Amino acid sequence: MKTLKNLAWELWLPIVLVIIWLVLSAGSSSFYFPPLADIMHDFGKVWFFNGIVQDLLPSLGRILLGFVIALLVGIIGGILLGLLRRIEEALRPVLELLRSTPGVALLPIATLFLGLGQEMKVFMIALACSWPVLLNTIDGVRSVEPVLLQVARSYRLTLWQRIRFIYIPNASPQIFAGGRLALAIATVVMVVTEMIGSPGGVGYFVLSTQRNFDLLGMWTGIIMLGLLGYLLNLAFRLAENRILRWHHLKNA
Amino acid sequence: MTDSLTSQKPTNPPAAVETLLAVKNLAKNYGKFEILGDITVDVRAGEFMCIVGPSGAGKTTLLQCLSGLLAPTAGNVALRGVEVTEPPAEMAIVFQDYSRSLMPWLSILDNVVLPLRSSKMSKDEMGNKATAALEEVGLKGHLHKYPWQLSGGMQQRVAIARALAFEPAVVLMDEPFASVDAQTRSDLEDLTLRVKEHLGITIVLVTHDIDEAVYLSDRVLVLGGRPTQVVDLIETNLGGHRDQISTKSTPEFAKLRARVYQEIRSQAAPGQP
Ligand SMILES: Nc1ncnc2c1ncn2[C@@H]1O[C@H](COP(=O)(O)OP(=O)(O)OP(=O)(O)O)[C@@H](O)[C@H]1O
Ligand SMILES: [Mg+2]
Repeated sequence: MKTLKNLAWELWLPIVLVIIWLVLSAGSSSFYFPPLADIMHDFGKVWFFNGIVQDLLPSLGRILLGFVIALLVGIIGGILLGLLRRIEEALRPVLELLRSTPGVALLPIATLFLGLGQEMKVFMIALACSWPVLLNTIDGVRSVEPVLLQVARSYRLTLWQRIRFIYIPNASPQIFAGGRLALAIATVVMVVTEMIGSPGGVGYFVLSTQRNFDLLGMWTGIIMLGLLGYLLNLAFRLAENRILRWHHLKNA
Repeated sequence: MTDSLTSQKPTNPPAAVETLLAVKNLAKNYGKFEILGDITVDVRAGEFMCIVGPSGAGKTTLLQCLSGLLAPTAGNVALRGVEVTEPPAEMAIVFQDYSRSLMPWLSILDNVVLPLRSSKMSKDEMGNKATAALEEVGLKGHLHKYPWQLSGGMQQRVAIARALAFEPAVVLMDEPFASVDAQTRSDLEDLTLRVKEHLGITIVLVTHDIDEAVYLSDRVLVLGGRPTQVVDLIETNLGGHRDQISTKSTPEFAKLRARVYQEIRSQAAPGQP
């Protein structure tokens, strides 16, 4: 019941906006801004289910693969660097510099070494997504309450137990914050790499429909991207609510 | 320090007093600050020893040296004859800051189970042991709550249960009841006395509160001076059963209290006229 209420509260504005769009674009003869009703009509034809199988699933796969790689690299690397203070201090300037470099700036060189296919796209997504996770994990590992570390020592917890029961839980709110940012970045990088890469994917679809003057198709693609981003974020939030229950309750 | 300093003769003959924790010529400096001078004291197996002394005397420092969390500058600490360099498996510590010594992401039960994970116990055994310890401190109905959902006194009881479940021979407590209200404080004192009797463990407890020290102790260790030395080691002889009202109103209690008070006051402000 409560979730239904929340859902209604979350959805009313998008619904209103869609209705406004529907009304304003009704009967539009502009080539670039076709009526939303036409777009919606095409949306069904394009995406169910040919488009979903041909373009959406590959895009989704790329995002998830790149995102999971980024999570693994960011969390494992973050724990290591968080624990090895000296090494992290030495690497910090380099990390900050790399982080500040927009990921897509590496596209030309990535295509040179990895080509235009799946590897390049997943690599670019994973690379761009790793930074927020990595840096947040380092901070989260660092911010463990010193008394807890004394407790860990006095009860002779092993390194693995400290990581599993102290460092990771302590860092988890920051890991999730980094992860949410990474997921948004993943969607952007997925679209960009698909637009310049080999055929396939929603990003490629949007660009190629535009080039073929199929503006209706293009709009369905853009709407699909919006839905994809929204649903990914929703799924992430559900996972976060479950795993960080203690944190949300505590700060409620 | 030996028994020669105690004023009263022990009522029981001191037959076969086993030394559990031997502190020998312990000194600790922080940089060029000499905090602990030259401390020698034996903690007997099964006794309740309280450490009192002026603020900043180095009581926490001494406790950390006893536990192996801090390396002494000179001298050593031995548990059953084995030098302590890291916290030994037979020792548990209850930190002053209960709210920060519990993992906020683990339930009460999981907090108590955590130290048991290094043992070879099965999951069920660990759970049973932790539940029993929480029952001992009267928290059976709260197993699945988070620490921050409990009151301060309850949180400190979780920390005590965690120490008990670990089945140590010695429990070190650093001002464990300093930040709870008076009623909770006396409840926790009696709880500690009860479980100590029940489990036959040894307790070394640091406190600011002279009444608390005398009430709980078999012996009170008074620290003072600069650098800090042992000023006195007092056998209380208040007997096995203690009661917040009747024990505290005996003349012996008043005498002990006055003695500790004077010893601390004479140490506290050495520079003043
Ligand atoms: N890590 C440290 N580095 C330098 N000096 C320290 C450190 N820890 C404690 N000290 C100093 O050592 C002295 C003793 O500190 P300690 O905390 O052991 O005293 P205490 O008797 O426990 O005091 P209180 O009763 O206020 O808790 C203090 O003067 C303190 O400033
Ligand atoms: Mg202290």
